[in-house]
Amino acid sequence: MTDEFTFEDALKGLEEIVEQLEDGETTLDESLRLFERGVGLAKRCQRLLDEAESRIEILVSQNGRDKVEAFPEMDDEVEVES
Amino acid sequence: MVSRSVEEDIDLEQAVVHSVTDVNQMIKHCLERPEFMGLFVQGEIFNFKHHSSGHMYFTLKDESSRLRAVMFRSMNRNLAFRPKNGDIVIALGSIGVYEPNGEYQIYVEELIPQGDGLLHWRFQQLKDKLAAEGLFNPRLKKKLPFLPRRIAVITSPTGAAVRDIISVITRRFPGAWITVVPALVQGSDASRSLISALRKAEKLAELDVAIIARGGGSLEELWPFNDEELARAIASFPLPIVSAVGHETDFTIADFAADIRAATPSAAAELVVPDKDQLVAYVRKIGSRLTEQTKARVVRRQQNLNMLLRGLTSRRFLEINRQQRQKVDDLVNRASMLVNHRREIYQQRLASLAGRLNSLSPLATLERGYAVCQKIDGRIITSFDQVTTGEPISVRLRRGTIDCLVKGVDCRDR
Repeated sequence: MTDEFTFEDALKGLEEIVEQLEDGETTLDESLRLFERGVGLAKRCQRLLDEAESRIEILVSQNGRDKVEAFPEMDDEVEVES
Repeated sequence: MVSRSVEEDIDLEQAVVHSVTDVNQMIKHCLERPEFMGLFVQGEIFNFKHHSSGHMYFTLKDESSRLRAVMFRSMNRNLAFRPKNGDIVIALGSIGVYEPNGEYQIYVEELIPQGDGLLHWRFQQLKDKLAAEGLFNPRLKKKLPFLPRRIAVITSPTGAAVRDIISVITRRFPGAWITVVPALVQGSDASRSLISALRKAEKLAELDVAIIARGGGSLEELWPFNDEELARAIASFPLPIVSAVGHETDFTIADFAADIRAATPSAAAELVVPDKDQLVAYVRKIGSRLTEQTKARVVRRQQNLNMLLRGLTSRRFLEINRQQRQKVDDLVNRASMLVNHRREIYQQRLASLAGRLNSLSPLATLERGYAVCQKIDGRIITSFDQVTTGEPISVRLRRGTIDCLVKGVDCRDR
């Protein structure tokens, strides 16, 4: 995901919208527009949380090139280059 | 045993008899020469006394020998450590003879600690040097991201530290993306290995935070984390980096160079990710508030609209506000009276009445962009089940109307 919009930004935006709806004197049009934006942000937050797939990997060096592999079971021996 | 007079064996007339002073002077002459100047002597400090005059008096010893020592105040003023009995040191000094006592000693100009003392001393020197350069400036410290996309862990791939970090992160935030960048964390190649690992970590796509860690150990074992080049590499790392080296009470230069120090590897893991359950619950809660607030606003508006649409001429509409009703009744009466008499005044009053009614009228609602759907017989449509597919309906806008045919209905609320 390359959005500049981080989870933190989305969450803050959502909080601000709810505050506006609670305090502000928004017209019906504005209320509905804010609602739509808020729903979008809440969905993005939820998606960022749900879609996170556990990935535990280790960087290994093969033929001078680095690549990632699944992290081995804790008991295995792993070579380290210095 | 035959005793005989000493004078018979030793010819005192011929012997050169020295005074004590002479002898001591001769010894002094022998010892205070270039080969006894600027000597490096290693030994253990013994009988240490820091005199009120500021001078330090002690003895240097090894397994089989001792040497008295003195370090005058002028020399010991800038010592970077406090010497004490048992310290192994290297003393730089010159041998001198104190004639009144017939003693020789080493006059110490420099004292350098060895063993752990030497390590502590080096640590202090480097820390002061880098601090003076501003490497540890709090204003340069980066804030940790709230929810990192990817976490790099620079540490030994075996051992408790990496295990602890991985398990704490995944427990706290299942779904985290962790990449272990292996390095040596002990021995003479460790610093180089750690720096190389940092450079590799830097290049990882979508990386938001890094942890550099090592489990507990002795000062010597943790020593690679006091390396100057490593400190510079950590300080110049482009992303926020957490250091977790050793136990709670261990501090290394790496800890000062990092953006934040964690007391243990597990503590570092807690710092880099938020608690997922709490976060999910919070997002849900805000989502509910959003929906509730919006619904409340829409319902309020809808209620107003419904009341207006239920018939402008119905007397129930006028019950909304008794005062307004009185006014409107009054105005209507006066208007009808005036209509009977004068047309122009009638027009004016009617316009005024219309203007006042307008603010209560559904037409104002139409001004705001709402449309009124009506069946052919004029009934207002407010629900999907009032119409059938193919039925002609009329849509009343702010300006004009549109004749429509129902294409389809949807029973879901927006």
